[in-house]
Amino acid sequence: MSALLDVRNLRVTFGGTAAVRGASLTVEKGETHCLVGESGCGKSVTALALMGLLARGGKREADALSFAGQDIRNLGERDMSRLRGDRMAMIVQEPMTSLNPADTVGSQLTEVLRRHRGASRAQAVDRAAELLGRVGITAPGLRLGQYPHQLSGGLRQRVMIAMALMCDPELLIADEPTTALDVTVQAQILRLLAELQAEFGLGILLITHDLGVVARIADRVSVMYAGEVVESAPTAELFAAPQHPYTRGLLTCVPVPGKVKRGEPLGSIPGVVPRIPPGFVGCSFRDRCAYAHAACKHDIPRQHAGPDHEALCTLPPGWTDRAAA
Amino acid sequence: MSVTVVPGTGAARRLLRNIGFVVGATIVGVTLIVAILAPWITPYDPFAVDLVHRLVPPSFMEDGTPANFLGTDQLGRDYLSRLIYGARISMIIGIATVITSGIIGTTLGILGGFYGGRMDDVVMFLITARLSIPVVLVALAVAGLLGSSFILVILVLGLLLWDRFAVVARSTTMQIRTLDYVSAAWCAGSSQASVLLREILPNIATHLAVVATLEMALAILLEAALSFLGLGVPAPLPSWGLMIAEAKEYMFFTPWVILVPGIALFVLVLGVNLLGDALRDLLGTDLNR
Repeated sequence: MSALLDVRNLRVTFGGTAAVRGASLTVEKGETHCLVGESGCGKSVTALALMGLLARGGKREADALSFAGQDIRNLGERDMSRLRGDRMAMIVQEPMTSLNPADTVGSQLTEVLRRHRGASRAQAVDRAAELLGRVGITAPGLRLGQYPHQLSGGLRQRVMIAMALMCDPELLIADEPTTALDVTVQAQILRLLAELQAEFGLGILLITHDLGVVARIADRVSVMYAGEVVESAPTAELFAAPQHPYTRGLLTCVPVPGKVKRGEPLGSIPGVVPRIPPGFVGCSFRDRCAYAHAACKHDIPRQHAGPDHEALCTLPPGWTDRAAA
Repeated sequence: MSVTVVPGTGAARRLLRNIGFVVGATIVGVTLIVAILAPWITPYDPFAVDLVHRLVPPSFMEDGTPANFLGTDQLGRDYLSRLIYGARISMIIGIATVITSGIIGTTLGILGGFYGGRMDDVVMFLITARLSIPVVLVALAVAGLLGSSFILVILVLGLLLWDRFAVVARSTTMQIRTLDYVSAAWCAGSSQASVLLREILPNIATHLAVVATLEMALAILLEAALSFLGLGVPAPLPSWGLMIAEAKEYMFFTPWVILVPGIALFVLVLGVNLLGDALRDLLGTDLNR
């Protein structure tokens, strides 16, 4: 059976600037796939490109881009907007400002179902109240009549999640859904997503830069750097045996209680994500990489470190194990 | 499913505490009610000529009669009745102009601001072109070609006073277009029409309401000016501007004939402007919430 979402070699350009230079990833039904990376490495642009919602001037190309077996590369705007919010839903980054301030929560929630499913007002209100209850909002009836400014950030994010789930989507793309929230709310939201996934079997593409979140809920992780997916592996394998020096660098940046000693400096990766000029060849990480050598200036091989574990690096698979030994 | 809507008590209280709003809303409200009820509250037919009782002073002045509270004009028509019917004309002109020009200007502004690019160039050209056309000259040309009529005044003003609506709608739409809730609406599968009507329009409505009051005051004044010049509402309709024009020959002997419609015009325009200023202040703070 083909994957729910299958993306091969996605490229996005804005004028002369390449924002995404070859991202491949798949999301299976009922799977959580995390896309991690620093700010500015093309995660959000990837998500928007998948939804067909690039800002003006953005161009999308891909070798394959299919959703539930359907090629969506050349789908018209009308067909695409029929998919959006119905079979593929997306939660955007900012919960505080993602609700229309001039409209009640209830009206915004019910509109999704009425538009996509032609539901009656009463049906849609029932569904909205039920979902608000599911996402842990008490007194849904009261909340439906309120305006967004009367809700806290955590509540608004739950409303956004409820809105994304109104039509029972098959795929949920969540762009840093918890970044703006405090830790306790974050944990609740993540648990909620996991519960809903188990219940509805939806595929989740979760975009985050928080490896703690990844470790908690991801089945599979893709690490993105400067517009490329540089490493992709099942979560446990990625944390146990990271192949790409960038992935290793990211992992050493996170404190692990018991493992990292008090007073010992955390790891860091010097520099920032570079702007990649057109016609760039070789590894985009080489200027920041401690292991860079001459071969990094040429085409980089995609190597397999395991049956389901790929990395874009010149170093031989398994090199970290030997270096550690 | 019972839905309890929490009312915005704070906003209502702030409105009532604003003196400009209270005064402006009272003036506009009273004028509107008087205009609507005109046929039932006027003591006389405003068109009934009575050549025997010409230029009778108001009842509170020397030689005044209690029969005509504001006196009569040069044809013996009851001045109070004409003033009340004049309010009707001013309000109809004001409201009809704002609706017509509001629809034109808002549509153009939203289209330009939302789509940008070539569409925006066209809208900006139209705004610039419109700003370079003097309203009085157009009115003169129309009156010369088609004669003056009530409908023509509404059309001329409505089709010409949309520029401020377009400018404001365009700039506010540009600000809102890229906000998160608009992106979220796209993500939820909204069509373009739905984004324009449900996301953009309600969120620029407060700005447009302020523009509407300013345009209404301007339209009322312009109508009076055009009627005064003989390019607007034709006699014998009791437009305030026309009343002033007809009274100007007698102003040195019977100054009240020009004062009464003049003061009425001043008070109404003041009221509309006070209302607009108060709305801008009150809604302006709301928008920063």
